[in-house]
Amino acid sequence: MSKQINVALIGNPNTGKTSVFNALTGLNQKVGNYPGITVEKKEGICKLPRGVKAHIIDLPGTYSLNASSLDENVVIELLLNKNDKDHPDVAIVVSDVENLKRNLLLFTQIKDLQIPTILVINMSDRMAYKGISLDIAYLEKQLETKIALISTRKNKGIEELKELITHSKELSTKPCMDASTIDEAYFNNLRKAFPNQLLYKLWLVITQDVNFGKTDRKTFDTVEDFKTKSKADLKRLQQKETIKRYQFINETLKKGQTIDLKTAKDLRIKLDRILTHKVWGYLIFGVILLTIFQAIYDWSSIPMDFIDSSFASLSEWVKNTLPEGAFTNLLAEGIISGLGGIVIFIPQIAFLFLFISILEESGYMSRVVFLMDRIMRRFGLSGKSVVPLISGTACAIPAIMATRNIESWKERLITILVTPFTTCAARLPVYLIIIELVIPEGRIFGLGYQPLTLMLLYLIGFGAAVGSAWILDRIMKFKSKSFFVVEMPNYKLPLFKNVALTVLEKTKAFVFGAGKIILAISIVIWVLGSVGVNDKYDNAKSIITEQFDANGFSDIQNISLENKIERYTKDLVGANAKNSIELSELQISDSLHLKIDSFKKAVINDEISSLKLENSILGYIGKAVEPAIRPLGYDWKIGIAIVSSFAAREVFIGTLSTIYSVGSEMEDDENKTIRSKMNSERHPHTNKKVFTLASGISLLLFYAFAMQCMSTLAIVKRETNSWKWPILQLVIMTGFAYIVALIAFQVLK
Amino acid sequence: MTLAELKRGQQGIIIDVSSIHIPLKLLEMGCLPGNSVELVQVAPFADPMYLNINGSHLAIRKETAIHILIEMTDE
Repeated sequence: MSKQINVALIGNPNTGKTSVFNALTGLNQKVGNYPGITVEKKEGICKLPRGVKAHIIDLPGTYSLNASSLDENVVIELLLNKNDKDHPDVAIVVSDVENLKRNLLLFTQIKDLQIPTILVINMSDRMAYKGISLDIAYLEKQLETKIALISTRKNKGIEELKELITHSKELSTKPCMDASTIDEAYFNNLRKAFPNQLLYKLWLVITQDVNFGKTDRKTFDTVEDFKTKSKADLKRLQQKETIKRYQFINETLKKGQTIDLKTAKDLRIKLDRILTHKVWGYLIFGVILLTIFQAIYDWSSIPMDFIDSSFASLSEWVKNTLPEGAFTNLLAEGIISGLGGIVIFIPQIAFLFLFISILEESGYMSRVVFLMDRIMRRFGLSGKSVVPLISGTACAIPAIMATRNIESWKERLITILVTPFTTCAARLPVYLIIIELVIPEGRIFGLGYQPLTLMLLYLIGFGAAVGSAWILDRIMKFKSKSFFVVEMPNYKLPLFKNVALTVLEKTKAFVFGAGKIILAISIVIWVLGSVGVNDKYDNAKSIITEQFDANGFSDIQNISLENKIERYTKDLVGANAKNSIELSELQISDSLHLKIDSFKKAVINDEISSLKLENSILGYIGKAVEPAIRPLGYDWKIGIAIVSSFAAREVFIGTLSTIYSVGSEMEDDENKTIRSKMNSERHPHTNKKVFTLASGISLLLFYAFAMQCMSTLAIVKRETNSWKWPILQLVIMTGFAYIVALIAFQVLK
Repeated sequence: MTLAELKRGQQGIIIDVSSIHIPLKLLEMGCLPGNSVELVQVAPFADPMYLNINGSHLAIRKETAIHILIEMTDE
């Protein structure tokens, strides 16, 4: 048997559909996009008994087959289009045991499409707790299906479900009710006009508001004639259909399900009393946010330091081990530095997604939506904008995609436009490195200045988002119907497997998605920095050597040299005193001589590299933008980094580390890491530090406000279906960033 | 009376739903004539409202709730 069984998982949101998917496929899953649209497509392979395999696709959550969004449309297209390679041989409707009634609505619709369907009732472990009992045999008969009672939490019933999938050929395709009785005359006409078509399929095509795309449109073009009924009439019919379906479901459940309310216990009520409380609710939300930021800052610093120094030593090792040449330099200075710039974000991104997925999984996020709606509405946003704004702290791209469940177009558009202000993970490394450079280490009320600055930057980002939303709400005059419906799911302990898979998948998406760009740009930067544009580049060595021969070291170089020698001597004497091996005077002075020579050489080499960089293509680009960014306190090297980070912000660090490893060949340990390289960076003429409090804060603010992410612009274009909005975003955000950074530097310097 | 007038902890039965103002999605979630409704919790300024409609827990805004007619049941 080589043929795979195509299985589609369908269900309401919050039913544990993804848990079922994870239980069936484990790590054999991949996440992509549906071609041409940004709806996430999750698919995986499940091994069934007797060597059979099933291809499982996890469809976006939906309450019915009446699509009101792109996500829901995907579900319908797949179910209607028999030619689609993913068209299911069997549909699995996933319901949770507490909301069976509501989930059966979708189930009866799918049955009407005559697709073999299995009903999965998840969270069966809660049945006793909730006082629910089911007459499975009766339900199977009434609903014309097979039922699998499972619990993904307790890992029960999964094998039985696999068994049912294996025998999916035996499933009935008979509908369990007849919806056409809502308007017999109309449906009879339809049946006569298209005798070969499935009646319910026709009805779905007629009633969908959304653009139907390519789904055998040709067949249905003539269906247009049947839209003789007005939109209001059609809507009324849809309502009648919904009521009709609920009648059937209520009757079925009256006999098939008993709920003993006396034994039902509800944790929900107790928790909601506190978590959605007028005062406690907000306080708890605030504490949760504070904890997240402190945790991201503190917990991830250990693996980050480790990654930082590991990549520095790897680069060093490659340089010393491989034969000298352009390739070795590219590898050590371009590729490895660039890679280090990506890998270093992994701990923080993983932590952030860990928290976000726990909040989502536990059901808490809906409470936040409920709490925040009234406040957000004042700014022209919806309570549902809170989820994109919080996810925006990870990445604006999924955040903008998460705006799809905002029903009002105006609220949705505003959310899309302001979300890029929130501090995304790509800004985080820029912030962290600059904060560490320019913000002192002290503490106030037990909280460090540095984490506080970070938190302040998050608040500034959030404030900019909300503030600009308020302005947009006033400017944009168009009205749009606003519906707000949010489900309040039961509280659940997050499943470790689900959280772990989300963290893994999102981190992977970042590393490979953003990583590709960062790596490519790192290589380009290295190449541009290694190609000279004039004679000075080629003759750098002789020019510098002549200079030193003629003038000797400058004062500052002398001071820095003396300091280094002093420190080295101290270390040497100290080591001598500690160790039992005595070094003779001669040995000490010999070693000192050698060291002084190597220090001097390093200074000269540094000068050569920096002259080379200045006269490379890269140097010219940086010099060209320098006049524009000089008033902001940046030099041409930062200029290069800013230019390259218009592709993606996180490129900033990668670029700087590439530039500085091109520009510095100092060999002592403290010069190895990017941070210390940046710290020792000085303006060549004034010899003032490049990264001071003023220029650092100016940079922080520039990165807080500027629109520097091509991928986000692309997503905004896609979601708003126009170039107008992304271009406005780019111009306004970046312009604002420039002005704010300018003011900050001029005031602070 | 309309659903918007319900107080926290009170229950009622839905009598009529103004079909022009109410999205189909809300009906699909169980907001239909004949079904029971309970106000579980309100956010500050009594908006949005956290409801238990026929076993479905959901939150809607007051502006939507005024289009749903109910009859109080005393329990």
